[in-house]
Amino acid sequence: MAEETYPPELKYHPEHDWARIDGDEAAFGITWYAQDALGEVVFYDPPAVGATVTANESYSEVESVKAVSDVFAPLSGEVVAVNEALSDTPERINDDPYGEGWLVRVRLSDPAEVEKLLDVDAYRKLLQG
Amino acid sequence: MPPATQTLRRTPLFDRHRAAGARLVPFAGWEMPVQYEGIRQEHLAVRTDAGAFDVSHMGEVETSGTDAERFLQRVLSNDVSKIAVGGAQYSVLCREDGGVLDDLFTYRLADDRFLTVTNAANHERDFAWFAEHAEGFDVDVRDVAADYAMIALQGPRARAILEGQLEGEAPARMRIVTARVAGAECLVCGTGYTGEDGVELLVPPDAAPAVWDALDATPVGLGARDTLRLEVCFHLYGNDLSEDRNPIEAGLGWCCKLDTGFVGSDALRGFEPQERLVPFAFTDPGIPRPGNPVLVDGEPRGVVTSGSHSPCLGLGIGMAYVPVDAATPGTHVEVDVRGKRRRAEIREKPLYKKEDG
Repeated sequence: MAEETYPPELKYHPEHDWARIDGDEAAFGITWYAQDALGEVVFYDPPAVGATVTANESYSEVESVKAVSDVFAPLSGEVVAVNEALSDTPERINDDPYGEGWLVRVRLSDPAEVEKLLDVDAYRKLLQG
Repeated sequence: MPPATQTLRRTPLFDRHRAAGARLVPFAGWEMPVQYEGIRQEHLAVRTDAGAFDVSHMGEVETSGTDAERFLQRVLSNDVSKIAVGGAQYSVLCREDGGVLDDLFTYRLADDRFLTVTNAANHERDFAWFAEHAEGFDVDVRDVAADYAMIALQGPRARAILEGQLEGEAPARMRIVTARVAGAECLVCGTGYTGEDGVELLVPPDAAPAVWDALDATPVGLGARDTLRLEVCFHLYGNDLSEDRNPIEAGLGWCCKLDTGFVGSDALRGFEPQERLVPFAFTDPGIPRPGNPVLVDGEPRGVVTSGSHSPCLGLGIGMAYVPVDAATPGTHVEVDVRGKRRRAEIREKPLYKKEDG
């Protein structure tokens, strides 16, 4: 598994999801903390391309041998791409949660929602409880 | 809310688990390691090499006296008279109506002395059941759970590891010997819960850390213990067995010898099950979980009792109670996994065979 990291350029959702904003699109994934709590991911069931996701709502699930975890959308929009490689190698979510372990790419419907997300300092503070 | 940590019991190996970075979880009133490095790696270590499991949470009941055999014949479902001294036997403990109270291994230590290993969650109830039914028999039934820690050593290299620490002969499968392991006098049992060769060691609690340290095997938590047993379709009490199911439905008729007159045998005589516990494997992606409905011809007619990802087969597997007309291997069913229908096929036991790997 990867070392514990929280890249400063990402925005974070309190349910341990991240968003990498790129113009009017964003990639989503789960944080190092989330994948560590879950254990080795053995199954990821992506949403369909074209599906609508809503901020703060679950849009898919990741599963380890023992547990199922909901994945929450940090922002609202329409899924424009899903990480197909994860169907054969879901462990990439553990190995590289911010890179090859990305889950979906979304065209944002309300970019102003970004303001409600946490920056890295706020997210780290949340983890420290 | 989970129970407070201080109310949980700890095994003599607790400090070892913590030092090894295990993830500790509440299990049947005990604080137990669910995983160390990861369930998949631990699972595969047992299939290809060797793993050591702390199963000290399991309980033990000793039954001795002139009527020990006759008494156990009354409470246990299998034919206890068939256990030779130094032998082991699997059986279930039934209520009068056939409902299963526990599944257990019994070892014959001497002609008139037996040791029965209980599931942690059932231990107190089992002991009370034994004590209650002992009336009229010349037996002494003792709760000896505090006298034993228990370490399972399982996998193709388990015997070689054991032999390096053992003074004396290792037991054959389904046999027990008393022998010194890493200097401590242990009961060494040729049994296990993984489908691999190996032993289970009943160890004096104060010697358990030294025995654990002497065994050069991957530490394995309860997570992999569950996936290992599920691949070979061993029952888990509380999932696949309960008071609401009888052993015939559960596919354990083979260890119920009705002629011995055990408690529950009258209810099981002539019983025709409407449902059976069967193994299945997904032909779709996904992972079945306990409680998921099983659909036969689109109708919910069964329920998953154990379900997980199989590290060896790389797919979703499980066991489910289904109607007898859908219980034949090769039958196609669906499992409703949180609203998504996943195709599955009823399979033969075991789901994983050595040659598959």
